[in-house]
Amino acid sequence: MSSQGSVPRYVAQRLLLVIPMIWVLLTVVFVLLRVAPGDPISASLGGKLSAEALADAKHRAGLDRPLIVQYFDYIKDVATLNFGNTFTDNRPIIDVVRDNGGATLSLTVGAFLIALLVGIPLGLLAGRRRDTVSDVVIRIFGVVSYAAPIFWTGLLMVILVAPTGWPTYDIASAETKFLVEPRTHILIVDTVLAGNTDAFLDVLQHHVLPCVALGLLLSGVFIRLVRVNLLQSLKGDYVEAARARGVPEKYVIRRHAFRNALVPVITVVGLQVALTLGGAVLTEKTFNWPGLGNQLVKYIVAHDYSAVQGLVTFFAIVVVVVSVLVDIVNALIDPRVRY
Amino acid sequence: MLKLLLAPFRNTTGIARWILITGLVITAMFVIFAIFAPWIAPYGFAQKIDASGDRFPKMGEPSAAHWFGTNDQFYDILSRVIWGARTELTVVLLSVLLAVVIGVPLGLLSGFLGGWVDRALVFVMDALYAFPSLLLAIVFAFLLQARLGGAGILAAALSLTAIYIPQYFRVVRSTTVSAREETYVEAARAIGAKPRTIMGKYLFGNVIQSVPVIGTLNAADAISTLAALGFVGLGIQPTEAAEWGYDLSRALDDAAAGIWWTTLFPGLAIVLLVTGLTLIGEGLNETVNPALRKRRIRKVVLTRGSVTEPERPGTDQNEVVTP
Repeated sequence: MSSQGSVPRYVAQRLLLVIPMIWVLLTVVFVLLRVAPGDPISASLGGKLSAEALADAKHRAGLDRPLIVQYFDYIKDVATLNFGNTFTDNRPIIDVVRDNGGATLSLTVGAFLIALLVGIPLGLLAGRRRDTVSDVVIRIFGVVSYAAPIFWTGLLMVILVAPTGWPTYDIASAETKFLVEPRTHILIVDTVLAGNTDAFLDVLQHHVLPCVALGLLLSGVFIRLVRVNLLQSLKGDYVEAARARGVPEKYVIRRHAFRNALVPVITVVGLQVALTLGGAVLTEKTFNWPGLGNQLVKYIVAHDYSAVQGLVTFFAIVVVVVSVLVDIVNALIDPRVRY
Repeated sequence: MLKLLLAPFRNTTGIARWILITGLVITAMFVIFAIFAPWIAPYGFAQKIDASGDRFPKMGEPSAAHWFGTNDQFYDILSRVIWGARTELTVVLLSVLLAVVIGVPLGLLSGFLGGWVDRALVFVMDALYAFPSLLLAIVFAFLLQARLGGAGILAAALSLTAIYIPQYFRVVRSTTVSAREETYVEAARAIGAKPRTIMGKYLFGNVIQSVPVIGTLNAADAISTLAALGFVGLGIQPTEAAEWGYDLSRALDDAAAGIWWTTLFPGLAIVLLVTGLTLIGEGLNETVNPALRKRRIRKVVLTRGSVTEPERPGTDQNEVVTP
């Protein structure tokens, strides 16, 4: 067992796969954004500049060179974490990532926590009481929470909550943003580091609605998954064996079935990173959240090609890295995964 | 043909059948909206002035003249919800059909031929599949809008197509790879059938079976994605067609002011249509997928006649069915 299923070997294998995966994604991004007809400079600045100024801008951005040279430069730049500059306000993309990434991170982490807190208990309950009223109600909730567009649930929450004076837009009040010194660029962490309780509570309050909106979307996935897994593990031989030994049903479910039903949840957390990123873009737009998704939408509307390419590249890398990390954690927990 | 279409109903029972029927009823409602929009909707989707020449109220509350109220662009929301069904269903039908037409042959070819073509295609498709689908659609819509100047129904459908091709490709390829080794394909080869004949006549029919399930589930997903594109500002322009996601983006600024009707109704339409299509997909899945299927088992009725005199006329042989 131990010789063929060693953890370090599996981890090394997965880590080695990161590079080709990222390379393929980068190539796809490049082909999509550069090889398609037309040119990005005229698309984003066309009409505002004279012909000479356009040519000059193209030259400065290196767009007048052969595509293959641009491709290698792009790969080289990304390898050194240089995602280029935006056209419209000429900021390095990495600065955008630094300034706005923290808000996206705290939003998605909060949403995941809520999704787990809601999804796992409901999924277990539905699985345990299969085909009863509570199962049907929970399943309908799962389908609807997945079917409801996140910006719609978000807007409904705003309509319901706004009259109470609870914060519905942005990550913090202007005062908090002004007072707290950015150290980690994750505002909620910065307020803790600054030891400012009022600011922390302010930021926390602002997190509630966006995190719940995104969390409900994700919880639908967890409900379905946990329910099906519990149904499957309840059919397992070890559950039958436990029952045959006379273990009370309560313990059979708690100790034998639940635990095994929860293992695949970790894998799914990894698979949901893509869904979460998409959801985060929409959540941020809904709540005017100062995250990366909102920046992406802003640059899209401005037709800022370079910014879109840089941000999409960054998202692609995040997806690959997180999925590999999840695989590794999964291998540490579940011995069946290693090979 | 009719028998084939009705097969999912006859083979299902209990919850699975109800899921399928509920889904079909909800979806049928929107199909009716889509087809008969000009007759059902009280006004046009970009109409701001009524028959007597008066302008509609701006963000008017639901009233007798405007059941769902009006939005900040003076549009009648009920009309836009009904006309929207036409837009959503057209875009979704186009994108799913395009994805099937491109994805299925590619998967078939890739799985049948193997070799470097197969490996290269799998590589690209896996990369596209790993990418967040909404972001992919956003990138495509952005490209089509920025470079080609198109933001219409076709552009929206094309951006959605891109995210569904890999799904058909993967499913069809993997079934082709396993079906390729079956005896009947070997037999076809032995009698000298050309690769085209084998793919078209022998493999296609076996490989196509899972496509309707993926198709309906994709259609549900496509509705959400189209609405998301509209919400982000990459969808269809309001004067061109009514689109629910765009209407919701217009509702954004007024939600905090307590204006609920601009948000509630377009969103409700999205939820209903997505749920309807998902339920059809789930229902079909339970009938097509043998692992999930619970067949209706007819009661075994042992009449005296059937036991002692099996050939006696009047005894219904079908009644004795072993599960």
